Amino acid sequence: MKRSIVTLTLAATALFAGCKHAQVQGPHPTAYGAAITEVSGSKQVAQVGATLPQPVVVQVNGGDGNPVTGALVRFRGQGLQFTPAEALSDASGQVTTNVQLGFQNGDYQIIAETWKQDGTANSLALREIALGFEQTLGRQVNDQYCIRCHDSESTPERVSNLDNLTPAPHQFTDGATLNRISDTDLLNMITRGGPALGKSPQMPGYASTLKPAEIKAVLSYMRAVADPPYQSPGVKYGK
Amino acid sequence: MTDNEKQRRPLRSRPTLRELITFGVVSLALFISLAIAPAKNYFSDWRHYQKSYLSLAGQRQGGTLVRSFHTGIRQIWVPKLSVVDRCQSCHVNLDGALVGATQQPFRKHPPIPHQLDEFGCAFCHRGQGAATSVEEAHYTTEAWEQPLLPARYLESGCGQCHLGTVQGAPRLNDGRKLLATMGCVHCHNVVQPDGTQLQPDDDPPPLLHIAEKTSREWIYAWIKNPQAYAATATMPNFQLSDQDAADISAFLIAQSTPSPASRVAVKAPGNANPDLTQAATVYGSSFCASCHAVQNEAGNLVGGNFGPELTRVGSKVNADWLRRWLNNPSDYEDSTRMPHYRFDEKQIALLTGFLLNKKDNDLLANVHLAPTDADSVARGKRLVTESGCAACHKINGVTPPQNFAPDLTRVGSRALAQVVFAPGMKHNLPDYVDAKIRNPRSFGPGLKMPKFTLTDAQVDSLTTALLAQSDRAASMPKELLISGGHESNYHPGGDAGRLMEDLHCQSCHMINGKGGDMAPDLSAEGSSVQRAWLLEFLNNPNTLRPALIRRMPKFNLTQGEINTISDYILSAYQAPGLDSHTIDPKALGPDAAAHGKELFYSRFGCNACHIADYKNDKGYVGPALSGVGNRLTPAWTYKWLKDPNALRPGTLMPNFALKDDEARDLTAFLMTLKAKQGGGK
Repeated sequence: MKRSIVTLTLAATALFAGCKHAQVQGPHPTAYGAAITEVSGSKQVAQVGATLPQPVVVQVNGGDGNPVTGALVRFRGQGLQFTPAEALSDASGQVTTNVQLGFQNGDYQIIAETWKQDGTANSLALREIALGFEQTLGRQVNDQYCIRCHDSESTPERVSNLDNLTPAPHQFTDGATLNRISDTDLLNMITRGGPALGKSPQMPGYASTLKPAEIKAVLSYMRAVADPPYQSPGVKYGK
Repeated sequence: MTDNEKQRRPLRSRPTLRELITFGVVSLALFISLAIAPAKNYFSDWRHYQKSYLSLAGQRQGGTLVRSFHTGIRQIWVPKLSVVDRCQSCHVNLDGALVGATQQPFRKHPPIPHQLDEFGCAFCHRGQGAATSVEEAHYTTEAWEQPLLPARYLESGCGQCHLGTVQGAPRLNDGRKLLATMGCVHCHNVVQPDGTQLQPDDDPPPLLHIAEKTSREWIYAWIKNPQAYAATATMPNFQLSDQDAADISAFLIAQSTPSPASRVAVKAPGNANPDLTQAATVYGSSFCASCHAVQNEAGNLVGGNFGPELTRVGSKVNADWLRRWLNNPSDYEDSTRMPHYRFDEKQIALLTGFLLNKKDNDLLANVHLAPTDADSVARGKRLVTESGCAACHKINGVTPPQNFAPDLTRVGSRALAQVVFAPGMKHNLPDYVDAKIRNPRSFGPGLKMPKFTLTDAQVDSLTTALLAQSDRAASMPKELLISGGHESNYHPGGDAGRLMEDLHCQSCHMINGKGGDMAPDLSAEGSSVQRAWLLEFLNNPNTLRPALIRRMPKFNLTQGEINTISDYILSAYQAPGLDSHTIDPKALGPDAAAHGKELFYSRFGCNACHIADYKNDKGYVGPALSGVGNRLTPAWTYKWLKDPNALRPGTLMPNFALKDDEARDLTAFLMTLKAKQGGGK
């Protein structure tokens, strides 16, 4: 009995020491927010290992909906590196961090957390997309061929053709539609053109223009950037 | 003990306790020492991972996968490349036999264009391939200083064999381009494994006649901080002291000699304040913005990055020089890429006024230089020589330095023992290269490398390109190297050639393997277009692509010049394999055209990208075809439709694999489209 009390005390001391240690490490919050929201920076697409082109900005708001200055925000996410990983919100209640993606291609999740006065955490999950070799190749092909019609954004070098077309092409980020079409159907459409699946002849077939690997890469890229994310039907296991 | 007693003792006596203990200890020690090796083997990392793989596989995919699995060290052995990689001993699922394993070391290798056993793992990932423990394979150890390469530099692996542009490796491609365009290779020698030396592609201006162009005050402000003048400037910051900058500017002005341009008389305008609206029209219609950028009020750069940014050019250049430059740039600098516009006096006056108005009065407000003296000039010359300015710029009296900066041919494998790290740095090569590029002066005082203005992504790209310059690359068997494309040294000849050089056609147009990529390749232009159209186009270049912002400027050519160039293009730039007999004009009758129209709209949806009729079509991707019957030759059109990529590699136009009669009928239809250029809109 006596021994167990000693052990417990010891464990509690150790735990307490640990907690204290962790608190000392970060910046000390001078205020507490009730909610955390995204300002910008989610759903960015970059190559594996790259720093995201734009920083991720979140904002801490109080109970009254106004931004809170001096609230602690901590970022975490498996495989991700943040600079800084934690900071106090600035005068406009915002915290900005640069995010470096990890080794694996696919989706990454950023969790941004802030704490209320009572110690409970408010968190926000943001999605970022890392491209491996195949998706990067797909993006290159996309940027050269597909983007003109399949992206509504225009740049000085390239004016979007999307609005000129009826029926309007689907943007590759349009997961709600494209996720429902199977790999085989999409590959067929890219290879043989819209009419292969009874769609518009304005979508040409690329069988004689692109290599099969490039067509597969485009598909891989489309799947990677789909929003909502694409879930591969995959293999289901019994256990 | 006597001898007798010894003899009487039985041969087998019971060992004493002490002997027993000794024997026991020795045997135990022997046993333990013998057991060390098998135990190490038994508790090895790879065995542990193979066991957990088998249990995972057993849970998920049952018997087959488990039964076919052979426990043991697995290795990729490629003797020709001295590759012995045992990574697969732990990473047993690189082929993805076990579907859906998301955690390392069991993840499937993502698809790449090579077989995994073709080059092994360490070829791209680095680390110690032959190691069989996690620590030794991935991290720096005492015996192995090359840890696993961070993911953002992985493309350097591709660059060890692929010496030109690699599809799917944008970072490597950008990095190599930056080595040329940021001027790194002016000072650093970088030789690729096939013997190609990387050449600069940044065109630093010669400073031989600099005093004509600008003031000493501007030079001072510029070399103190080039990016304060133009955010896009690639000239690095040498972090000069005020005195050094003053001396260098004194020397640069002192060394300047009169240029051939100074002998050309260009009349100063009568009116000192030109009409800026009219001037902006000349600036716009000359398409200056195709190459030069100007910051707008919102702070965004508008325009191309081919020539220097002009946001504050009025604070830089001398009015007299600018007039001569606009009159004919080659008079001042014969290596310039700027074309010789045939501006008249009024246009020159308008443009000069327009550009001089682009001023930033704060730029030189605080520059007050002491008058030049001989000491200052001499000190300036010494600084210019020591700083290696002449590695990039032509300067009178200073010879370009040779081997000015360390050779980077094998920088991707530099031994860490040869590397001096800055305090607090991680001791590995990628971090060192990164820090050297980012902040070269942080490594100690007295270092000469200046600070470049680069984004994080650009630094990653440059590091990737430099890491590809490895020992492994240098020792690759020659048959595995894939050299990059090399620019030819094609120059057009004769009168037309001289005219085309004067207009610097090849600054924008690629012709026979030499030139820029801003405008279409002209190597086969003569087969492609009709004479009447070409004459009209050169007289008044009108864009064919409604969506294009960059356009060919109007050079104000004389009719004689236009004829000379057109004749040359039409006879010299012919595509092989097609001529006027390629397609019989009789086959392009009205029936064929009617069928072609049907194909155009219904079967192939050409109107998705092309405008054949401005009233109904909206396609914005390809050139407008409303007047194509006047523009292209039937033979070219037919061949183009059959296989566009054969005539212009990399074109956006897909190959529809048309049958002969389909291509013929489409050609017939297109040849009926003879609306006046630009359509009716």
